[in-house]
Amino acid sequence: MSDEASGVQATIKVNDFHAYPDAQGRFGNFGGVFMPETLMPPLQELTAAYLQLREDPEFIAEFERDLKHYVGRPSPIYHAERLSRETGGAQILLKREDLNHTGAHKINNTIGQALVARRMGKRRIIAETGAGQHGVATATVCARFGLDCVVYMGAVDIERQKINVYRMKLLGAEVVPVVSGSQTLKDALNEAMRDWVTNVADTFYIIGTVAGPHPYPMMVRDFNAVVGREARAQMLAQFGRLPHVLTACVGGGSNAIGLFHAFLNDREVAIVGAEAAGEGMASGRHAASLSAGRPGVLHGNRTYVLCDDHGQIVETHSISAGLDYPGVGPEHAFLKDSGRASYVGVSDEEAMSAFHLLARTEGILAALESSHAVAQAIKLARDLPKDQLILCNLSGRGDKDVHTIAAREGIAL
Amino acid sequence: MSCRIEKRFAELRARQRKGLIPFITAGDPLPNASVAIMHALVDYGADLIELGVPYSDPVADGPTIQHSSERAIARGVGIEQILGWVREFRERDVDTPIVLMGYLNPLEIYGYRRFATEARDAGVDGVLLVDLPVEESATIADLREAGLRQIFLVAPTTTAQRLAAIREQAQGFIYYVSFAGITGADQLDPVAVRQRVARIKQGSDIPVAVGFGVRDAASAVAVAERADAVVIGSALVARLATTADREAALVAVGGFLAPIRKALDSTSGPQRRAAL
Repeated sequence: MSDEASGVQATIKVNDFHAYPDAQGRFGNFGGVFMPETLMPPLQELTAAYLQLREDPEFIAEFERDLKHYVGRPSPIYHAERLSRETGGAQILLKREDLNHTGAHKINNTIGQALVARRMGKRRIIAETGAGQHGVATATVCARFGLDCVVYMGAVDIERQKINVYRMKLLGAEVVPVVSGSQTLKDALNEAMRDWVTNVADTFYIIGTVAGPHPYPMMVRDFNAVVGREARAQMLAQFGRLPHVLTACVGGGSNAIGLFHAFLNDREVAIVGAEAAGEGMASGRHAASLSAGRPGVLHGNRTYVLCDDHGQIVETHSISAGLDYPGVGPEHAFLKDSGRASYVGVSDEEAMSAFHLLARTEGILAALESSHAVAQAIKLARDLPKDQLILCNLSGRGDKDVHTIAAREGIAL
Repeated sequence: MSCRIEKRFAELRARQRKGLIPFITAGDPLPNASVAIMHALVDYGADLIELGVPYSDPVADGPTIQHSSERAIARGVGIEQILGWVREFRERDVDTPIVLMGYLNPLEIYGYRRFATEARDAGVDGVLLVDLPVEESATIADLREAGLRQIFLVAPTTTAQRLAAIREQAQGFIYYVSFAGITGADQLDPVAVRQRVARIKQGSDIPVAVGFGVRDAASAVAVAERADAVVIGSALVARLATTADREAALVAVGGFLAPIRKALDSTSGPQRRAAL
């Protein structure tokens, strides 16, 4: 694996990928807890509570019951035969997270964290959102559990995701526009942290991705890992074997780690993450932290970040709001440096083509985020023989993006 | 040279004077005014200067310091330039301690080892990194080795156990965050602050400075009773932000700081004796 940006070589030897993070929240050199002192005690309290709950059979049963009856799990693995034929190579299989209640994988995590919040006696929930999927998933579980919900969302994202903003309001959440910085996901995260630091006594922060300070990267991963656990069993049951390659889109990386985690110790399964290359890696207008970033500290953890030589986080660009983030979950940084997974850029253009091809060949409107994964699956499939299996995480449905797509193609609705 | 902070607090104690610590964002409002502003701060009563290293994502800061950071970043202010200003400041002032305050990533990208020697050689005395809790302090081992003091935050949420760990590693002084919130917010509760500061000082010699929400002479006096020093940031940064040029900025420093200095001096001596 090459890495021009950081000069880091794939030299880390890992015996058991499921042994991470360590007690300090570290995945190799990444992760940790880099937070202001005010938030350290609540983070430690959360870590202690969560470590207990993840071993608590009653809690696990409660979580699994909701995944089954409220979310509608398990989500199927669907063999996209026409897409595969059109592509002319390996078989493309889709893990249909778009069929979950609220239309994306995000609900797996918000149910889990809302249950943790309830156990900890916190009645006020805050969240950040980019595309609005995590905001909707948080507003949904707050409505269901009767919790107050405040969602921070960049003003730019509010503009490009109007439908999700309205969905959150219908669900009873307050959506607070964030006008600082680039007015996108990272700024929404900053503002949510400022709320948390101010209202720390009664507030639970439901982070939507596998970033943030420990224990969030671990906790969010654990709640999304159901995707990969299901998929692994489904592959064996439906196809009698594991896939040759996994692929998923990576912004913060929660759907990707959700799919990848159960397969990390299956070394024969290749893992490829698709980052947002925006207008192209060479243009500089992208959000590909792993492909073009360098190790740094952002939002409470050490990971790959997109920043300038002064350490200032730079504005990112992607057609999909959910991938528009200048950092990435520390476990992905670790998987990259250990050589277990590789990460490549998929441009806006390629994602759009994949969106259309999937729509026309399979009758599925994928989220723009997930369309990056589909594009990557198509690229991989072209170079592989027909009997190979590529499992692609279709992390969300595209209804929310219809306006963005129409606008991009010059169509007035 | 690196014991300026200890020396300064020892002097303050000897003179029974409350320390006044202004915070400014380096390079704001105008990069070419920073050194002159630093000298003016000292002229009008600063005992130690906190120089903010601008960062794009300051999660513990309110709008005032966010915007001042954005302005400085837009003008290309970075660590190299800031160290140059410290070096220039030291040509005329070898006594006033300077603490760089900010977030980790600019240092991480600059390189800790490089920063450690260059900052020390420029005349920086300590660092306060908002997102570097005591658990992760090994991150900046190079800085400590170079003699730079590591200033830690203590917050209202800090538990007794954490306080013990922080006191063990703290150098220079402890910065007590007066409320759970962001800089510049209006949440100051002087009674609660006095109680907490007394607890921090119990059985420890390390000086305590109180910051967050201190905006004028009255609030400075209110929180200074038990503390060794007060930090004033957002209110000063906001005042400087309205100035059009260097001369106006220097006038603003005097107008802002002098009354606070005076109020602290008129109350600190006898009250401090009573508190002890």
